[in-house]
Amino acid sequence: MAEQRVLVVGGGLAGLAAAMKLAELDVAVDLMSLVPVKRSHSACAQGGINSVNDTTRQQGDSEYHHFDDTVYGGDFLQHQPPVKEMTDWAPRIIDLMDRLGVPFNRTKEGFRDQRRFGGTLYKRTAFAGATTGQQLLYALDEQVRRCHANGKVNTFEGWDFLGPIIDDDGRCRGATAQNLVTMEIRAFPADAVVLATGGCGLIFGRSTMSMACTGSAASRSVQYGAHYANGEFIQVHPTAIPGADKLRLMSESARGEGGRVWVPRRPQDSRAPRDIPEEERYYFLEERYPKYGNLVPRDIATREIFNVCVNEGLSVEADKQCVYLDLTHISREELDRKLGGILHIYEKFQGVDPRIEPMKIFPAVHYSMGGMWADYERTAEGGLAPDAPRNHQTNIPGLYAIGECDYQYHGANRLGANSLLSCIFTGLFVGPCIQSSIESLGESASDAKFDLLLRAERSRKEMEHKQLLERPAGGENPYLIHQELGQEMTKAATVVRRNDQLTAALDKVSELHERARNCSLSDTGMWTNQNVMFTKNLLDMFPLAKALLKGALARDECRGAHYKPDFDMPGVESQDPGERRRQAEMWCDKFEEKNRKWLKTTVASFDAHGEPTLSYEDVDTSLIPPRPRLYGIVGGDIIEQVWKERSISQSDPTKPAEQSGNGAAETSRSPVPATS
Amino acid sequence: MTATAPKRESFDVRILRQSGPGEESRWETFRIPYEPNLNVISVLQKIAATARTAEGTATTPVAWDCNCLEEVCGACTMVINGRVRQSCSALVDKLLAESPGEIELQPMSKFPVVRDLVVDRSRMFRALERVQAWVPVDDYYDRGGGPNVPQELQEQRYPLSECMTCGCCVEACPQYGKVEVHRRPNESQESYEQRQAEAEEGQFLGAAAISQTMLFNDHATGGMIAAERLDALTASGGIQECGNAQNCVAVCPKEIPLTTSIARAGRKTTWHMIKKWFDR
Repeated sequence: MAEQRVLVVGGGLAGLAAAMKLAELDVAVDLMSLVPVKRSHSACAQGGINSVNDTTRQQGDSEYHHFDDTVYGGDFLQHQPPVKEMTDWAPRIIDLMDRLGVPFNRTKEGFRDQRRFGGTLYKRTAFAGATTGQQLLYALDEQVRRCHANGKVNTFEGWDFLGPIIDDDGRCRGATAQNLVTMEIRAFPADAVVLATGGCGLIFGRSTMSMACTGSAASRSVQYGAHYANGEFIQVHPTAIPGADKLRLMSESARGEGGRVWVPRRPQDSRAPRDIPEEERYYFLEERYPKYGNLVPRDIATREIFNVCVNEGLSVEADKQCVYLDLTHISREELDRKLGGILHIYEKFQGVDPRIEPMKIFPAVHYSMGGMWADYERTAEGGLAPDAPRNHQTNIPGLYAIGECDYQYHGANRLGANSLLSCIFTGLFVGPCIQSSIESLGESASDAKFDLLLRAERSRKEMEHKQLLERPAGGENPYLIHQELGQEMTKAATVVRRNDQLTAALDKVSELHERARNCSLSDTGMWTNQNVMFTKNLLDMFPLAKALLKGALARDECRGAHYKPDFDMPGVESQDPGERRRQAEMWCDKFEEKNRKWLKTTVASFDAHGEPTLSYEDVDTSLIPPRPRLYGIVGGDIIEQVWKERSISQSDPTKPAEQSGNGAAETSRSPVPATS
Repeated sequence: MTATAPKRESFDVRILRQSGPGEESRWETFRIPYEPNLNVISVLQKIAATARTAEGTATTPVAWDCNCLEEVCGACTMVINGRVRQSCSALVDKLLAESPGEIELQPMSKFPVVRDLVVDRSRMFRALERVQAWVPVDDYYDRGGGPNVPQELQEQRYPLSECMTCGCCVEACPQYGKVEVHRRPNESQESYEQRQAEAEEGQFLGAAAISQTMLFNDHATGGMIAAERLDALTASGGIQECGNAQNCVAVCPKEIPLTTSIARAGRKTTWHMIKKWFDR
């Protein structure tokens, strides 16, 4: 048997963590990335990474509470065992990153400092200035460089994954990829292929994501039979800086460090923000959510900002939607120490100093909660079985998915500072699982018997490439089609979703898909041809775009980031105690009915033309029973009371129900916008 | 722009193009409809979409590197109006205010040109390998956290750790020379990379890599191999190549105190050499 190898595709946090862990286990690793791995999109993560820590533990926090906040924030759509395993690992992951030299901010005594992030009341988030993702990425990049120097990891930077190679038994035996410089197409034999290729923000045209985040690796895998789950769950980040080429992220840490979101009470007040007196400012998040204030979960903050601009007409500017994110009350010294990186970005791109003048921000597409369907093996205790080959394996044996490109950890809405955690966790955790998977094979994809399979797949990709280069001139322009796709997706499938708009968008996207097949190239060369690589990426955006729209259209409910006003459940308005209870009972009945129908994973499978078909799977909620997510809902207190009584009567009365405090309702108005 | 100033309708962008390594370079000019708040990336995106020169003749889209578009990945570095910087944070309004005529884009000159504005900066990553820019931990198992770190040390290390290996410092450095081997017909990528790496042996490490030695020597665990890093700095192509022009620190987009790092590295290597001499 030839030496067995693992191909890791993607060199962000998840891919690098997997590569270094596999190398430590003495597995030969090929690491492939579009960009030099140090330039991966993980570098853009700003705010921090969550775990229970020594301080919060003494304030009543625990791994369980982090787990509970994550599933509650995610509206219970995640299978719970993987999340439990992740939150159990979290403190150890931060310890490891600390050992690797990440310059986490420090307290005066020299301990790691923590800040508060959305969706929790504890200060769980460790951070390195406001460039935590960059710092974590660099630490892993350094370790993988060390593995490379020791001959344990081969790196292939500047290669684009074209698809898995699957044998007659349906097992993945490697992948094809194309070099972005020489345009060479090569088949890489691998006994396991790990996709760590991130999100698909470019489907929306402009987003906070990097240019590499096209989703094409996932799309190319689903076109070979892999399944895609919960595609409709896309996080729209509340605070981004709009730009012509990109919507640049303004981290949640700005609010974590005390930043306040407001608009002038008088529409388009022309005074400079500092001249507007306190009582004429509308701190709408603080007023509506007195408990969480500016740190409500992201889906809620996003809807509120959208609502205050679009429906209430209170946008700061008349011709542009935006609200103030204000840091000017915090000392310059503290801002520079804790938020320097992001303030620098704002200053550089907007030409305004956010230490003196409030920033103008608006929501932007930010993260894919959905992704490649991946499996797990649960233990009796409710965690994941270590070393089990099934963990993170897609429905194609030997093909794995980790990091943002899997679907497992964030449910219907991701909490801030949980993504860096899920990326590093899945990368480290999957290593031993893959090792046990390939050990059981008894053969290697590099054995001569697979030569023919590998060669055939390479030829097929070379043929597809040649056909694209030979397309007649005068056809469609891929860059313009991408713009149109982005506009359609942004309009129909971001903050507010309506079935008529989704139906229209599906038709339009199908039409764009047809037109994209008639793209002509302005460059037909065989050297660093970015035009042809872009066109391939564009074509592969359509299957995921369609799955996303179809999933959103079918899901007639509100859950986390997926908000359909037509299926919203308004709170309890009545003041009369008897009527209030009756309405709360009805609300809870409806909630139970909604969960029976929609507390399910959407699973998309695709035909040869990239057309998705949906099916649904039950969600493992065996560890924490689903409960209503009541941030800011009217009458939330009575709903919570009724719900608690029901849960107690249903569960073992001798065992007190473990309910954490985060569900505590707030007495304020409905968090969702009225129809526009 | 005041209300009486004529409204700018378009502006020209002159780009130094090269179809591949070893090919002749040539200038091509593109005319871009003016919009406020453009950056050089959005200009290049417009050029890709139209693929026409200012004269209206069809051409190939200009090749360039980019990823994050928020000046944190380092990919989109190029020479813009004569100054090396990231094209994402190079704002058109500012560039036109500096030089009203046109905007000029060139690839970095210290690295082999791949095509147009794309250069091969892998030498910088290989330099990080030469100086062992990492913390040499035993393993990736759970062994508790790292050492307690004074705030002051964190504040010293963090800026150095913001280096995105973009190459501005070495582009501006008079001591850093271009090293380029040419691909042989039908040569594999691996063999070409191997020859390129061999040609770089003994050539200057550059400011970025020198600064990284200080980042890791300052770390409690990283410092356990400080002597090996200082050996790398005193080998051929090491810190002695620095001519103290101080251009590096002037162009660093992250304002990393590179010359401070170099000065510290100079003192440490001197002591290291003396100590080695006495220990013989």
